[in-house]
Amino acid sequence: MTVNDAGRAASADSLPASGQPEPAEFVQLLTPEGERIDHPDYPLEISAEEIRALYRDLVLVRRIDFEAIALQRQGQLGIWASLLGQEAAQVGSGRALGPKDMAFPTYREHGVAWCRGLDPTKLLELYRGVSHGGWDPKAHNFHLYTIVIGSQTLHATGYAMGIQRDGAVGGDDGEAVIAYFGDGATSQGDVNEAFIWASVTNAPVVFFCQNNQWAISEPLERQSRVPLYRRALGFGFPGIRVDGNDVLACLAVTRKAMQAAREGQGPTLIEAFTYRMGAHTTTDDPTRYRLAAELETWKLKDPIERVKAYLVRNEMTDEKFFADLEAESAEVGARIRKACLEMPDPDPMAIFENVYVEPNALLESERDQYAAYLDTFEEVAR
Amino acid sequence: MTRLTLSRALNEGLRKALENDPKVLIMGEDVGKLGGVFRVTDGLQKDFGEARVVDTPLAESGIVGTAIGLALRGYRPVCEIQFDGFVFPAFDQITTQLAKMRYRSRGNLTLPVVIRIPCGGGIGAVEHHSESPEALFTHTGGLRVVACGDPVDAYAMIQLAISCDDPVIFFEPKRRYWDKAEVDTGGGLAAALPLNKARTVVSGTDVTVLCYGPMVKTCAAAAVAAGNEGRSVEVIDLRSLSPLDTETIFESVRRTGRCVVAHEAPVTGGLSAEIAARVTEECFYQMESPVLRVGGFSTPYPPSRLEEHYLPDLDRVLDAVDRTFGY
Repeated sequence: MTVNDAGRAASADSLPASGQPEPAEFVQLLTPEGERIDHPDYPLEISAEEIRALYRDLVLVRRIDFEAIALQRQGQLGIWASLLGQEAAQVGSGRALGPKDMAFPTYREHGVAWCRGLDPTKLLELYRGVSHGGWDPKAHNFHLYTIVIGSQTLHATGYAMGIQRDGAVGGDDGEAVIAYFGDGATSQGDVNEAFIWASVTNAPVVFFCQNNQWAISEPLERQSRVPLYRRALGFGFPGIRVDGNDVLACLAVTRKAMQAAREGQGPTLIEAFTYRMGAHTTTDDPTRYRLAAELETWKLKDPIERVKAYLVRNEMTDEKFFADLEAESAEVGARIRKACLEMPDPDPMAIFENVYVEPNALLESERDQYAAYLDTFEEVAR
Repeated sequence: MTRLTLSRALNEGLRKALENDPKVLIMGEDVGKLGGVFRVTDGLQKDFGEARVVDTPLAESGIVGTAIGLALRGYRPVCEIQFDGFVFPAFDQITTQLAKMRYRSRGNLTLPVVIRIPCGGGIGAVEHHSESPEALFTHTGGLRVVACGDPVDAYAMIQLAISCDDPVIFFEPKRRYWDKAEVDTGGGLAAALPLNKARTVVSGTDVTVLCYGPMVKTCAAAAVAAGNEGRSVEVIDLRSLSPLDTETIFESVRRTGRCVVAHEAPVTGGLSAEIAARVTEECFYQMESPVLRVGGFSTPYPPSRLEEHYLPDLDRVLDAVDRTFGY
């Protein structure tokens, strides 16, 4: 990939300033109708089995999301940030990663978490309020969710600078980093600083922006007057826009950008053009700020239906596959529901744990005093 | 023993850390070829290379944010914030990310990052170059906050901070950079006072003066002056601002019955307020007077032609010492 990607796209692109309507050009390999098309820069050799596996990922992460929303509605989770509509962007990019690559997510990357082998119940822990992130990032090469918008892009860039210093860039076994963020985050100073750092250090990092068109209630035109992928050119590295609802295109584009990073060609900005079909989180009410017609338009571009249509039309699977997947989906849903309901609250003394590596007399004293205080009550389980 | 300025002692300490651990990195604005605006990193890039002594883009949040990423990868970055007043663009990364990473990962992640901040006034500088923001960091759980006051501590404490697995905010007393002392750079740090311990600078029996950073020298001089008037002042350099070495503080105050806390930062919501509350809770029955505070006024830092009025000096420390005898 070269800087020409952005330059070429920019010159051929007649988008209005906001970038909000249908993009004139993006990388697409599977149309919303399920028709496979080719792109000269992104050839994708993929077997029927691999496409079925992607389809399974898409269906299961949507099911996990669906179950989590239900759990929130029933008071079992404090809040949930739905990924509905963004499954292809997350699964496509997530499956483009190698085991040694490192991912830095926002708080909505449930599909990427799935691809990194993380137990979905760990995500529920966070949204239930049991932990701030109950998984070991090193075990999955999947960092903790980051809630402050854009902060993780700098962590990803620093991590990539560490890869450079470890001599783990270039060659066949190179490593790279992917940083996830949204359209709103592109206004943050940290994201722009991350672009600068990655550019001047040529760090092996891919910036994967899921442009889901809405930052809570604010549409893209509140963040940018130019299509987001074009910003990369100003920082000195390639930017590319991909159909974020096309899992094949997201896979191919991310794969190529990650490979370029691993080989020492530096960063790429990928703008996955998608849509947040649900609310920002379960506390949000999108009917206050956007039209139902917009949602209807995007329903026609559903990331899962197009893969199903492709599989069926090309006789790449059978009814049993869909039936088995439906059963597996129900099983996953039931499993995480059960795990959520059975999740105990942490011990109150956990408040004082893991603040510091080294012993801290102040915290020990506060902990002991609070424990003694609790002991003055008879009924408190500890 | 070598006679070193505080700035040079830090330089020697950083050099030792770079030599002893290949994972140690130095990063900041102008820390490379220039050697830092106070020359604390002078010559280090020449000897350790551009990959380890890194001239960064001019953005403090980026410095700390990428340092976090490097630490996640196994490095031990030492960030320089050029001046106290420029730490605020990095405040978000320090307080929301650096301080909390170990906690939110339930101990799976550690961030051994040091953030060096030249602090305090007294050098005739323009705005934003003379501040003392330590209380903003001592208020944040997950951070260690320390301040060195002389070349001997500067040399040892910077190395101890770098070897600490917790994030450390390291305050350097700007107007003491040129103070000299004999520093033993030959041996190791085995005999060095631990990073979380306070140090009695002057022993005394009548009143305890607690201080840190640039005020240590001022308070030690005040103790000499008070001694000439027949008052025995004990001066304690806190060194560690978070956590506080309350054991040493309480022992001294229980013995003297009087306590003055001195710092350059505004007293309102300052570290002296925290210390006063804790001393009152723990030493109440041994106290002869309330804890008195000496510090900056609750104003923005004034233009430098007025800073001698703003900064607590020997006379203001003595005035507070005298007032503890008025109860």
